[in-house]
Amino acid sequence: MNRRQQLKLTEGIDWPIMGLYLALVFVGLLSIFAAEYREGDNIWNDIIHLNKNYSRQIMWLGVSAILATIIWLTDSKFFTATANLLYAGGILLLLLVIAIGKDVKGSHSWLVIGGFQFQPAELTKLCTNLALAKYLSSLETDFTKLRARLIAAALALIPCAIIILQDETGLALVYFSFFLVMYREGLPAVLLVIAFSGIVLVLSALLVDKNILFYIFTGITALVIYFMRRDIRRHRSKLALIVGIYAFCSVFVMFIVPFAFTKVLKDYQVKRINVMLGKENDPKATYNTRQSMIAIGSGGVIGKGYLKGTQTRYDFVPEQSTDFIFCTVGEDFGFLGSLIFIGLYVALLLRIIFVAERQRSTFSRVYAYGVASIIFFHMAINISMTIGLAPVIGIPLPLVSYGGSSLMTFTMLIFIMLRLDADRQMVLR
Amino acid sequence: MSVYNQPRKRVIQFIFLGMVVLIMTRLFFLQIVEKKYSKLADANAVLRKVVYPSRGIIFDRKGRSILSNDIMYDLVVTPINVKNIDTAYMCQILNINKEEFRKRITASILKNGSRRVSVFAPLLSPEAFGKLQESMYMFQPGFELVPRQIRSYPFAAAANILGYIGEISPQMMQRPQYADYNQGDYLGMTGLERTYEEVLMGQRGIQYLVKDNLNRPQGPYEHGEFDTAAIAGKNLRLSLDVDLQVLGEHLMRNKIGSVVAIDPQTGGILSMVSAPTFDPNLLTGSFRARNFSRLFTDTTKPLFNRAIQAGYPPGSSMKPLTALIALDEGVITPSYGFPCFGAYTYCGRPIACTHHNPGHAANLRLAIANSCNAYFVHLYRLEVDAPKWGGVKKGHQKWHDYISSFGLGHRLGIDIPSESGGKAIDTAGMNKLYRGQWNSCSELYVGMGQGQVVATPLQMANAMCIIANHGSYYVPHFVSSIDNDNTHLLDKYKEKHVVAHVSDTSYRSVIYGMEDVVEKGTGMIARIDNIIVCGKTGTAENNAIVNGKLTKLKNHSVFVAFAPRDNPKIAIAVIVENAGFGATYAAPIASLMIEKYLNDTISLKRKPQMMKTLNDVTIDPVVREKSKLDSLNGASAKMTTEQILKLYFPNN
Repeated sequence: MNRRQQLKLTEGIDWPIMGLYLALVFVGLLSIFAAEYREGDNIWNDIIHLNKNYSRQIMWLGVSAILATIIWLTDSKFFTATANLLYAGGILLLLLVIAIGKDVKGSHSWLVIGGFQFQPAELTKLCTNLALAKYLSSLETDFTKLRARLIAAALALIPCAIIILQDETGLALVYFSFFLVMYREGLPAVLLVIAFSGIVLVLSALLVDKNILFYIFTGITALVIYFMRRDIRRHRSKLALIVGIYAFCSVFVMFIVPFAFTKVLKDYQVKRINVMLGKENDPKATYNTRQSMIAIGSGGVIGKGYLKGTQTRYDFVPEQSTDFIFCTVGEDFGFLGSLIFIGLYVALLLRIIFVAERQRSTFSRVYAYGVASIIFFHMAINISMTIGLAPVIGIPLPLVSYGGSSLMTFTMLIFIMLRLDADRQMVLR
Repeated sequence: MSVYNQPRKRVIQFIFLGMVVLIMTRLFFLQIVEKKYSKLADANAVLRKVVYPSRGIIFDRKGRSILSNDIMYDLVVTPINVKNIDTAYMCQILNINKEEFRKRITASILKNGSRRVSVFAPLLSPEAFGKLQESMYMFQPGFELVPRQIRSYPFAAAANILGYIGEISPQMMQRPQYADYNQGDYLGMTGLERTYEEVLMGQRGIQYLVKDNLNRPQGPYEHGEFDTAAIAGKNLRLSLDVDLQVLGEHLMRNKIGSVVAIDPQTGGILSMVSAPTFDPNLLTGSFRARNFSRLFTDTTKPLFNRAIQAGYPPGSSMKPLTALIALDEGVITPSYGFPCFGAYTYCGRPIACTHHNPGHAANLRLAIANSCNAYFVHLYRLEVDAPKWGGVKKGHQKWHDYISSFGLGHRLGIDIPSESGGKAIDTAGMNKLYRGQWNSCSELYVGMGQGQVVATPLQMANAMCIIANHGSYYVPHFVSSIDNDNTHLLDKYKEKHVVAHVSDTSYRSVIYGMEDVVEKGTGMIARIDNIIVCGKTGTAENNAIVNGKLTKLKNHSVFVAFAPRDNPKIAIAVIVENAGFGATYAAPIASLMIEKYLNDTISLKRKPQMMKTLNDVTIDPVVREKSKLDSLNGASAKMTTEQILKLYFPNN
């Protein structure tokens, strides 16, 4: 291969993203190693026999590298052309899991192929992102119309619903991050405000007695009507709106939330939320978070040093290679290490937004925003749950947590974006 | 468009950064401001003590605990504190040499580090514990005695049902469902202990204790703010009747085989004996490993739960099912008769029947009572050759569908592991066996329960439930309730399964036939005063390949029954391997158990029969010779016949 061809092969790659990707994957491998390694382990032997998480992660890295290369060598038109097909395939795969899937840790979301477990719910994030980008970039789509917004929302929520049926609520929630993308593409800001108010409403419904809330709502409504009485006299419809909101909030707090809690959510989920809110002290639910907070908190300013953490190395923290991998970073490298580590994510996210904004095609821009939103959601929720800011919902830390499905999905997400970015001068629709 | 959306990009960047600032603030407080977390993690300052919860207790249907907890002691070591002790004396108590002592210390350091506590000698025998307790002052502070709960079985019965617990293996820990377990934890390995592990185990607790410079615990850290209380496992309540279970184990002594008794109205199992059995207490405590290997290698396979794992040809006990299929398909009516003169000759080689007199199969009721072979193989042919199916291949598949709906040929889903599904050949299997060339004559033996149909004792008892209930059953199970249950483990046992839609009249003719079996037919030995027992004897022919040749072995003795006829309360299947006629061995066992369950006592006039059953030895002398069973078998092997009889007839 001569020099010119080599230049051509890497031409157009966005090196900052590539570098951040490699850095995160490397830190991930170090952390998984730290969570498992004990003095005296024969590292080479473990790597060859694939009997440790880190050795399997190395294998998954190899597979991911191959996938990344294949994607990089693919024409970017391929992704726009097959987006809908991949989406349909992804949905079928999710339904297949319901039919023939395997139960792992209370969620029915795994396929077993030749001894390896695989979670299609991870992969469908990619399919959904492509399909959403395809739909929003289509010339027929007018995203200022309600119809188009409903279709876009349905694209994101259909896989979400199927994944909830698989009892994998954590991964299902990730699909809500697509609303951030839709916001970027013109979904009215008022919807974000409504979503935010919704969260506040749910939280208050859980924390405050519903009768007291009802009185508060009544009081607020009365005050609003009093202060807006002139407006209302002019526009009768405003009164209807205010009363409508009042009625909705009351019904929501009085009936819908209690119903969801007793009938829709699983017992353990209710428990976790209650523990999160401090309403209940369940040992099992608090154990994970508490151990994880002890591990991270004991890291101090500069940490105990690599492989020196006592909490993460004596199996105090459960699932430390997967959902609680951040504990290793927090304990071994302390506050400064965590700062740098989270800094890597921030740099990656901001760079992806930068890359997204320089795209000429709507498809690429929507896709890139999708990647940023998914990574952000995963990172924010995962780290928050390890430090007791969010309930324990099992979603991995992108590129860092142990797990083949997750690593491959994020690799593909990022490399398709890099491919699209490299071809941004081409006119894609 | 890009220009219009610029502020939105800013908003998204703002959301991203806002969240990160929130996380960093929290980390700042957690890692820098708050000091108690780092202290908690410091093994030298704070002692982290795991509090093991007590495992759930298992009660029988009358609330007697049949599996509970006992205390034994582990000797634990903190390697760094082992100084100036009399190693020789300790080795002498524990019966190990110095080499082993050093090896264990090194292993502890490698496993948990020298500052942490490791188990040095688990589950001390009472003698070792006694000696160590006296002289513990000599070995402190490096060594301590730590109490640990072990399982105990007060009735020494139902070993294969209850199961045992064992230490989690490294292979199991790799599996995600055991993610919460640590090395050294115990969990259910077989039986109910395994199926209900998640409710029995409870929740481990953790205590944080402040230590002084000599490593002695001084009290709770931060007033117990970080402690988690241990939560005891939940108790199980079984449908099992432990009296009946013990009686069954007595009656099955010196025999190989199985007894399964089910309450047909709920599907709750009243008794499940797999003989030979063993004392479950052998698998707890200090000699567990030695006892286990002896049980494991024993020639009579006591760890093999024959009631759910062994497949037997059901023999004549299958005949009522054949009749029900024929009735449901409409190929016969209860008055259908077959002219049998001692053999069935329509398919080449004659199939012998034990009766010759004409009219012994003049109608269904008589045919069942006299167990006419010709009648039932003919019914099978009528079923599969029925014109409405259009061909024997479809007809046989239809037969197979019926047989599966009666619970044969597939696992029923009982709540203990390793259930076997038995066998019931379907059309595909027949095609394979006969390379596509076959007709209704090829395997007509299935009509009388021989040949290509094999059932577990559980399946036979369940089939009795179906007849007793006139066509419905609940999946047989042990656990009737879990205290403070919030799982869905028991949901599937509350669902009623309805099979063949045979009319009540048809059921009645089958049931009257089975009543006649006991009143005046082949199973008269099973009669009980004032109770109408409906039963069916079976003498299952039994061929096995011995040294490469198909050899005919001694018949299995089979008896299935339910009682009373109206509003049945117990359905039972008894199999005694290689014993002979169903009436001789299996029927008295079933009958004694039915009487005990329904009347709560056994009438004095049956004492001779019980004595005979207890004294019967059907186990192969060669097998018995090789077996180490006598030393292992529980309650009943150590007792003489007289001692057992005294339990049931205390005043005579």
